[in-house]
Amino acid sequence: MKKKNELLYFALRNTKLRIGMAVLLFFLLLMIIGPHLTPYKPADFVGPSSAPPSKEFWFGTTTFGEDVFTQFVYGLAPTFLVGIVGGVIGTLLGMLIGFVAGYRGGAVDEVLNILTNVVLTIPVLALLLVLVAYIPVRGVLIEAVFIGLTSWPWAARAIRSQTFSLRTRDFVGLAKMSGMSSMKIIFTEIAPNMASYLFMTFILMFGNSILNAATLDFLGLGPTEGVSMGTMMNLAVQWSALMLGVWWWFIPPGIAITCIVGSLYVMNVGLDEVFNPKLREM
Amino acid sequence: MKRYFGRKLLIYALTFFIAVTINWMIPRFMPGNPVDIMISRAGLRGSAVTQMYSYYMDAFGLDQPIWKQYLNFWIAIFHGDLGTSIFLFPTPVIQVIKDALPYDVALLLPSILLSWFAGNKFGALAARNKNLDNTLLPIGYILTAVPYMWLGILLAWVFCIVIRIFPLGGGYDFSMQPSYTWDFYWSLFNHWVLPFLSLFIVQFGGWAIGMRNLIIYELEADYSHFLEALGAPRKLIRNYAYNNAILPQVTGVALQIGVIVTGALATEVVFAYPGIGYLILQAIHNQDYFLLQGCFLFVVIGVLIANFVVDIAYILIDPRTRAGMTGGAE
Amino acid sequence: MSLKIENLTIYYQTIAGNVRALEDASFSLADGEIMGVAGESGCGKSTLSNSLIYLHAPMKYIRGRVFLDGEELPIHDTQKMNPFRYKKISVIPQYAMNAMNPTKKIGRMVEDLLKSRGENYKEILPEVKNRLELVKLSPDVLNMYPFELSGGMKQRMVMVISTLLDPSLLLADEVTSALDVSSQKAVAEMLVGFRDKKIVKSIMLITHDISILYQTANTIMVMYAGQLAEKASTETIIKAPRHPYTKLLISSLPTVGVRISENRLAGIPGNPPLLLNPPTGCRFRDRCPVAFAKCAEVPPFVEIEKGHFLACWKEGKAHA
Repeated sequence: MKKKNELLYFALRNTKLRIGMAVLLFFLLLMIIGPHLTPYKPADFVGPSSAPPSKEFWFGTTTFGEDVFTQFVYGLAPTFLVGIVGGVIGTLLGMLIGFVAGYRGGAVDEVLNILTNVVLTIPVLALLLVLVAYIPVRGVLIEAVFIGLTSWPWAARAIRSQTFSLRTRDFVGLAKMSGMSSMKIIFTEIAPNMASYLFMTFILMFGNSILNAATLDFLGLGPTEGVSMGTMMNLAVQWSALMLGVWWWFIPPGIAITCIVGSLYVMNVGLDEVFNPKLREM
Repeated sequence: MKRYFGRKLLIYALTFFIAVTINWMIPRFMPGNPVDIMISRAGLRGSAVTQMYSYYMDAFGLDQPIWKQYLNFWIAIFHGDLGTSIFLFPTPVIQVIKDALPYDVALLLPSILLSWFAGNKFGALAARNKNLDNTLLPIGYILTAVPYMWLGILLAWVFCIVIRIFPLGGGYDFSMQPSYTWDFYWSLFNHWVLPFLSLFIVQFGGWAIGMRNLIIYELEADYSHFLEALGAPRKLIRNYAYNNAILPQVTGVALQIGVIVTGALATEVVFAYPGIGYLILQAIHNQDYFLLQGCFLFVVIGVLIANFVVDIAYILIDPRTRAGMTGGAE
Repeated sequence: MSLKIENLTIYYQTIAGNVRALEDASFSLADGEIMGVAGESGCGKSTLSNSLIYLHAPMKYIRGRVFLDGEELPIHDTQKMNPFRYKKISVIPQYAMNAMNPTKKIGRMVEDLLKSRGENYKEILPEVKNRLELVKLSPDVLNMYPFELSGGMKQRMVMVISTLLDPSLLLADEVTSALDVSSQKAVAEMLVGFRDKKIVKSIMLITHDISILYQTANTIMVMYAGQLAEKASTETIIKAPRHPYTKLLISSLPTVGVRISENRLAGIPGNPPLLLNPPTGCRFRDRCPVAFAKCAEVPPFVEIEKGHFLACWKEGKAHA
């Protein structure tokens, strides 16, 4: 209990964590409240073509006369969804493979290690491009699952080496002697001891999934329905927003992604400082 | 060292094998007949349909047993036969890719090398200068979070549209014919600058932050403290820290290469820069699956070559790998 | 008088406040003396050693003066301290296993280090080889990387590096704890040899392991919770200790090779006090079997017999 309070104390006074949290919360709030602030739907043709930001259209309109602000706030949800689902799947897979490889060692480790390295070497997004291109109807969830399925290797490697060092500790030996099963040892003895690390892994995965999804969406391989930050950029470039100087179309989604992913990265550094007393500033 | 190298080669061979196999599997195991899907999506009419149909049935060899199809696929690859492009019919895919490849090399090689060197130097500088550190760190984090294509879009908008310094779109001026003239080179250069710059900037942030953190870590290492206790000057200790921090940064190139290549693909799309990334977009829009798969294969080969180069570099600079200990981009 | 320390006080700065790791330490070290510093982990013995050569954050200098061969050491000024380091005072650190740059050949590292201190490597090289022979290392190690050496070899290599410039005082921090028993003995003997050959004038040997001191040290200084408890000749400390803590320490000392921290003092109830807000007076008094009212004041570290120093109201008085 005392330790928890201490962590909370350091977490609350860590500037990086506070800034990251604030930015993240802001966008989460915008995602929730945003759709209630606009009378339109993302695909409604509501105004003049390519109107600059004004009182009526806060972020201006697209070349088709859709409201950019509406698209923006509706597009936040898929962006977060991809991040969370992709992040959870990637982290879980990374944990599974990392734990088993690190705990079992030997031949199992060797095989999993080679598998990890192979997936690590394959350029994931290029693979996703080919894969996704063959799927005629794509949803946000499918996209997130694909991203999660291909993004686990670095996490698996990191978790493996952590597990490797933990498995020789006394408490693991004690659990083994008391006849606990391997899975139980992993989840009751080893995982809790690296909970902070796993959480940080998830945070990074969260951010990476959002970036990956944005790239896929931008290349026109995102969800076939609905809007996201990436599809907004895709359509903007495709319909010459650059040439026509319709900057209000492509600036907001980029800022949103940069802020969200950036805040996650900064939070990660902040968490590292909270969890590792050595890094705390005196 | 032999063991280290053997392992690496095994992993690369396996990666290549798996990538090719996936490439072969995807069109065959997706629901529906790939040939029908392709032709209906390509939106061809009349005699083109029959021509295309017979070509594809032949190319896929769908009437043959599965193992035979798979074997033929490999044989074709080793003959450099990646099929024929649809949207540039009847140009062979390999030819289309060959024409695009120089543009990718011209973007990737300088952007990776220059950003790596500049980022390392800058990160090392930041590790010793508090003021620089305080400005570099936030900028670096923002840069690593920027999607490659968005930075490209911003640069294109500012430098091509708002202040018209650089041309937008293509690898050279559309009114020109490729030739060995200064005018043509100048045009190539002008079209190259912005895509290069957007790749350079994003990568630079990552390398700089990485170097800064690594140096700080090395300065806290035991050997640094020992030197300090023996009164060695700051300069020597920093030199050692820098030289040791470079090692994981080399490994970092191998780990990042996939991300960088993908970033380059997206950047090319923004600038309509005629490399493989732009080809991929064309292939997707035109349902040109042979071209898409060929591009994927080349991206994989490129990444494998880059990994291999990094491995050799690592062996040359880290005595521990040379002596047979493992390490590096494992 | 090789080393003379007056009221040396060092704290650690933490967010929660100052950790009083070393409080008003005053003692001296004679020429040719090998002094063992013993105590449980966290008693301040490593703080004492570190502060003498490389005082850095979060360590904080509070007060006190240090004289080496009659010259005052500016230990709180890391820049001014540099000329003294290595040449007058040197250290074999606790982390000797990792003390060498992992990616440089050892000879190259020694060369860089010596050059940076204004020494001529070529002129010193023959002496380096002599010293290597002294610690039973082949000159070939200079062409090797640290990872090619065993733990014991690394330890001895660091010993050679640390003493190359014939420092007056050598601080040896837990030099034996990472080694097996036979290497422990060899390293201890080599340290004595270094002193006998006048390579170093005097040695402060910080350790958990009193048994190693028995073979090596001329005198032993016992510390408890940041305060000095007792200092006397090795024989006196082992056979006739006076401080209640020393007595318990010695009596609880089982067989050779067992370290204090692993074998928490049997029979003394409680733990050493936290040094964030330590009790006033003698810090041992909560656990002390003979404590009385006077112990609420800090006992002075006084010489009760020639060469026997003690900080205890009860024992000091009884025999005064």
